[in-house]
Amino acid sequence: MRKKKMDSNTVLVVITICLFAAMYAVGCVIYANKGFGNLQTFLNILINNAGLICVTCGMTCVMLTGGIDISVGSVIAMDCMLMVFGMKNWGMSAITMVIMVLVIGLVFGAVQGYLVGYMEIQPFIVTMAGMFFARGMTAVICSGQISITEADNPMFYKWANTKINMPAFLGHVNKHGKLVVPYIRPTVVIALIIVILIFLLLKYTRFGRSLYAVGGNQQSATMMGLNVKKTKMMSYVLSSFLCSIGGILYCLNTMSGSVQQATGLEMNAIASAVIGGTLLTGGVGNVIGSLFGVLINGTITVFVNTNGKLLSSWSSIATAALLCFFIILQSVFALVKNRKSK
Amino acid sequence: MTNFKKLTQKPLFLPIFCMILVLLVNLIKSPDFFAISVNNGVLYGRLIDIINRGSEIAILAVGQTLVVAVSAGTDISVGSVMSLAACTCCTVLAGFGNNSVNELQVPMIVGMLAGIFMGGVCGSFNGALVSKLKIQPMVATLILFTAARAIGLLFCNNQITYIRYEPYKYLGNFIPGCPIPTPVFVAIVVILVVTLLLKKTALGLYIQSVGINNRAARISGINSDVICFVCYVICGICAGIAGIVASSRIYSADSNNIGLNYELDAILAVALGGNSLGGGKFNLIGSIIGAYTIQAITTTLLAMGVSTDQAPVFKAIIVVIIVVVQAPAFKRFVAEKKAQRAVNKEVA
Repeated sequence: MRKKKMDSNTVLVVITICLFAAMYAVGCVIYANKGFGNLQTFLNILINNAGLICVTCGMTCVMLTGGIDISVGSVIAMDCMLMVFGMKNWGMSAITMVIMVLVIGLVFGAVQGYLVGYMEIQPFIVTMAGMFFARGMTAVICSGQISITEADNPMFYKWANTKINMPAFLGHVNKHGKLVVPYIRPTVVIALIIVILIFLLLKYTRFGRSLYAVGGNQQSATMMGLNVKKTKMMSYVLSSFLCSIGGILYCLNTMSGSVQQATGLEMNAIASAVIGGTLLTGGVGNVIGSLFGVLINGTITVFVNTNGKLLSSWSSIATAALLCFFIILQSVFALVKNRKSK
Repeated sequence: MTNFKKLTQKPLFLPIFCMILVLLVNLIKSPDFFAISVNNGVLYGRLIDIINRGSEIAILAVGQTLVVAVSAGTDISVGSVMSLAACTCCTVLAGFGNNSVNELQVPMIVGMLAGIFMGGVCGSFNGALVSKLKIQPMVATLILFTAARAIGLLFCNNQITYIRYEPYKYLGNFIPGCPIPTPVFVAIVVILVVTLLLKKTALGLYIQSVGINNRAARISGINSDVICFVCYVICGICAGIAGIVASSRIYSADSNNIGLNYELDAILAVALGGNSLGGGKFNLIGSIIGAYTIQAITTTLLAMGVSTDQAPVFKAIIVVIIVVVQAPAFKRFVAEKKAQRAVNKEVA
């Protein structure tokens, strides 16, 4: 029985990886003349989605317990606005703002987690209130759009514009005959480190295993002597904390804050996690799948942007359609399994 | 004391209490809140404004109440579906690709029916996912929460479609010669139709029994999947009607802004109405009073100089407070405290 369960999960992850490879290959063929095949295009997906990768890791942890966190998009908007506003108008240093944002993330997660874990309120209601709260707070901090320049905070500017070059042989020669060396930003490194850390956390630590146990069957987790309430609460704290890190990475990428920033990001994060094989009912999933989920999401956006003629709303429609497809796939898997066990 | 206790246990206590509280705050802050004047043959005033603007939330709350009752989850796509319905209606009326028209391509009623039909389609999509595939309601509706607004933008070609045709404005504003805003009548009609549907057929009873115990309902011969599906379709149609009213107010389809944050208002209205978000028994009248209370809160906040972007902060806090008070864990905690106090008294 145990082996079977592992199988269906692996199948979902394999489907995801194949889908990503297929999409990318199709992109390379269709948009060959627009530089889709360059390594930089792939690295740009990572650069643009570094924040989303962090957020999706947190989302995966919450979804493993059977919960969900739809406040992430708004929290990112709040973090970005706070960081930009703090550095521009209060003259704070970049490090102070980073610490402040992380602390706010922890507090936000603790409140949400307490309400879900100890008050036993539906996670959706709690995090939806959190979503509107954070979005409203963004407008309370500042209701316009502000961006940050080198003059405002040289340190932050330096962080955002550091390039880490790849080995030169991976580069390609552009139209003017110059060698273009592909690069990544430090944000990508941070995001990938977080993926590895969360992977290890989920696989080898007591806390990580208890997340799976709580999501798999809450009753048996209680009987095993796990503190279900605390585990649930901690998963939301972790999610909000990772979301704050994601917010910082997002801010490094956009260098601006606005009320409408990152709307619908929760949808991307949930879709990435679901596409990556995390079950909505909890108990099954891992962050490697989620990473590929994010990459698929990023590829869709690149498709829409590279085409140039498509409206930008197509990318959110495509994401929603993929989410829908994978949810249906999951529920069909579950129905088949139920029928077999009956 | 006992009388007070009896009063607080009435199902309509919470919504009416909140309504009175909000109105009292307004009375103390600015006595001219209740002033109603007649300009150009139509009524003006804050109260009229609340009843007028609250219509959409009331219509949404009707559908949302049924969804909450039957599936213990909420439909978070209503705001986006409103926007999609408005876009469908305006696109059909203006013809695809036109962004501002003075003449309609088809009779007005066809466009409106198309919008309502689109709402119904969205509702049945949600309903199929929830009832047939057993997906959690909020995740299922999350798909349309993002996609519906984007599809609306596609219909309108990424622009705002204006319908500069006088009768189109009637639905969201005033019919000439009638001093009361039209949305009020629309809301009343929707509420009456749904109430009759629930009271005159067994649907209301079925919804409650499915919501209280899905399996028991199925065993006693109710097709619970169909009941669940029907509730989502009704919710979608309500969202469609609300979207057309909202679009008629501004005689255009602004996909990015119609129905923005309305899902929160609709859910808040259901919670304020004294309905448990855990499903089961429901009280339609409570939700409707709740809806107008929300509008009163919004109007009060706006009058106090809070911007529309900032208003969700307060509403989110209210949602959390109401939900916490309703939570079983909190009730247990209060009961324990009470028991402890009683023990202490006896010992003393």
